[in-house]
Amino acid sequence: MLDESLKSDFPTLKQKINGNELVYLDNAATTQKPEKVIKALESYYRSINSNIHRGVHTLSIRATKAYEEARSKVAAFINAEHREEIIFVRGATEAINLVASSYVRPILKEDDQIIISQMEHHANIVPWQIICEQKKAELKIIPMNVKGELLIEEIEGMISEKTKFISINHVSNSLGTVNRIEDVIKIAHGNNIRIMIDGAQAVQHLSVDLMKLNADFYCFSGHKVYAPTGIGVLYGKKELLEKMPPYQGGGDMIKSVTFEKTIYNDIPNRFEAGTPNIAGAIGLGVAIDYLVSIGIENIAKHEKELLDYATQEIRKIEGVRIIGNAVEKASVLSFVIEEIHPHDIGTILDKQGVAIRTGHHCTQPTMDFYGIPATARASFAIYNSRKDVDTLIKSVKKTIEVFT
Amino acid sequence: MSEWDELYMEVILDHNKNPRNKGKIEGYTHSADGHNPLCGDRISMQIIVEDDIVTDASFIGSGCAISTASASILTETIKGMKRTEIEKLFKEFHNLVTSEDSDARTVGKFSVFGGVRKYPARVKCATLSWHALMAALEGKKETSTE
Ligand SMILES: Cc1ncc(COP(=O)(O)O)c(C=O)c1O
Repeated sequence: MLDESLKSDFPTLKQKINGNELVYLDNAATTQKPEKVIKALESYYRSINSNIHRGVHTLSIRATKAYEEARSKVAAFINAEHREEIIFVRGATEAINLVASSYVRPILKEDDQIIISQMEHHANIVPWQIICEQKKAELKIIPMNVKGELLIEEIEGMISEKTKFISINHVSNSLGTVNRIEDVIKIAHGNNIRIMIDGAQAVQHLSVDLMKLNADFYCFSGHKVYAPTGIGVLYGKKELLEKMPPYQGGGDMIKSVTFEKTIYNDIPNRFEAGTPNIAGAIGLGVAIDYLVSIGIENIAKHEKELLDYATQEIRKIEGVRIIGNAVEKASVLSFVIEEIHPHDIGTILDKQGVAIRTGHHCTQPTMDFYGIPATARASFAIYNSRKDVDTLIKSVKKTIEVFT
Repeated sequence: MSEWDELYMEVILDHNKNPRNKGKIEGYTHSADGHNPLCGDRISMQIIVEDDIVTDASFIGSGCAISTASASILTETIKGMKRTEIEKLFKEFHNLVTSEDSDARTVGKFSVFGGVRKYPARVKCATLSWHALMAALEGKKETSTE
């Protein structure tokens, strides 16, 4: 287990909610921010705030350097081959929309197919539906079993010459399943199909090596990896990004503009139109330093111990059913209680200071698969402890008492 | 009193466990589905209106304790009421669950929902069946709390 003193790095965690110590277990929605990240934002605005890539003055040079250093940190963090392969975006949602618009839409024709899976976040469903509708193409869904594991062996049979793209998540936000993306990537490439991996629930829990994985596109959101909201990352292979048309037009993404013709900038700037979230990118760099200093392997081990302990304890409570029982899971414990609606569970837990998520977690097709409208979801992070799990279990038992 | 009693009053817990008028009714004259996109809950109301008076009412669907109890109490309350009376009660109920200066005395049995106002995330649970009822009275087939 990680040292419990880690918790003191996070100011938000030092508070009482409804008279009880806050136990924050909604980390799959967003993580709390360490003091270092908060300080980095403050220090940016206090001492180097300035627009990047444009000025010859000292502050602009400093801000540009800090922003570009953050890009290098991200590249090293996910082991991208080239730092220009890292595009700063608002988050996973924008990254997926960018790829749908600039890579897939131009190659998509009538009757073509895009493959996603049964357990996607709406962010990895709706952008594909939009372009499928525009191009009269079709969305195909990789099925899963009741444990919440994708039936990877079915993919080969779903693929045809009409299949133009595959996009699946690395780790499911509502079930916690760690998908065997290495295998899916191999299948895609074996059929000459490009593939995107939504890593919004992955990079904070397990180490991601893009040179090894060989995914064509990969994305994540800063706010789920202890960094600020409004900053995220799209990784794309250089040879693909270089050929893609811009996603948005504006300043910074051009080399020259005349009313007759505009010459687009090189990557990554071509995909970063307008003034970006400079402070956010710097904050993300600091959050990554923080994670690296703890060690992703140590984090994975810590969170696995917590998840195993919580799973074991919640199973002992009568009437509780875990949704998502994949062999390989990360951080997420989704459950339902017989006869008690998840919203009522959420409210009673909140009264005891325990913050969990209740609802469909932006994965309605996953909920439909299980025939339920919603689940209660606890998700763990580096600062959670066995004591937090004990409080969760105690609160769940209290909830059952209130309603029976 | 334990700390959640202000929201989950005994009456609410009772109606949640033993909902009244749950199920279909024969020969209803109006019906509508209410949908809360926030949580995916759905509640349908079925009513019989004769000479501008509601003579029977039921609800179908499942939701949280707050929305179930609200639907259950609603079906009991409106029997024998005129449409204008129902509209007036809805205004008062809505006021009760959203505003500090509301009068619990005017809403009868619905006074148990006074605690909801402290839980803004739950207001839509309390009003879901009401929205479905109002839609039904207006001749609409469905409505959403958003
Ligand atoms: C698997 C997955 N994909 C995408 C997203 C969307 O992330 P964001 O809202 O930060 O763009 C989330 C966030 O909940 C997620 O869990």
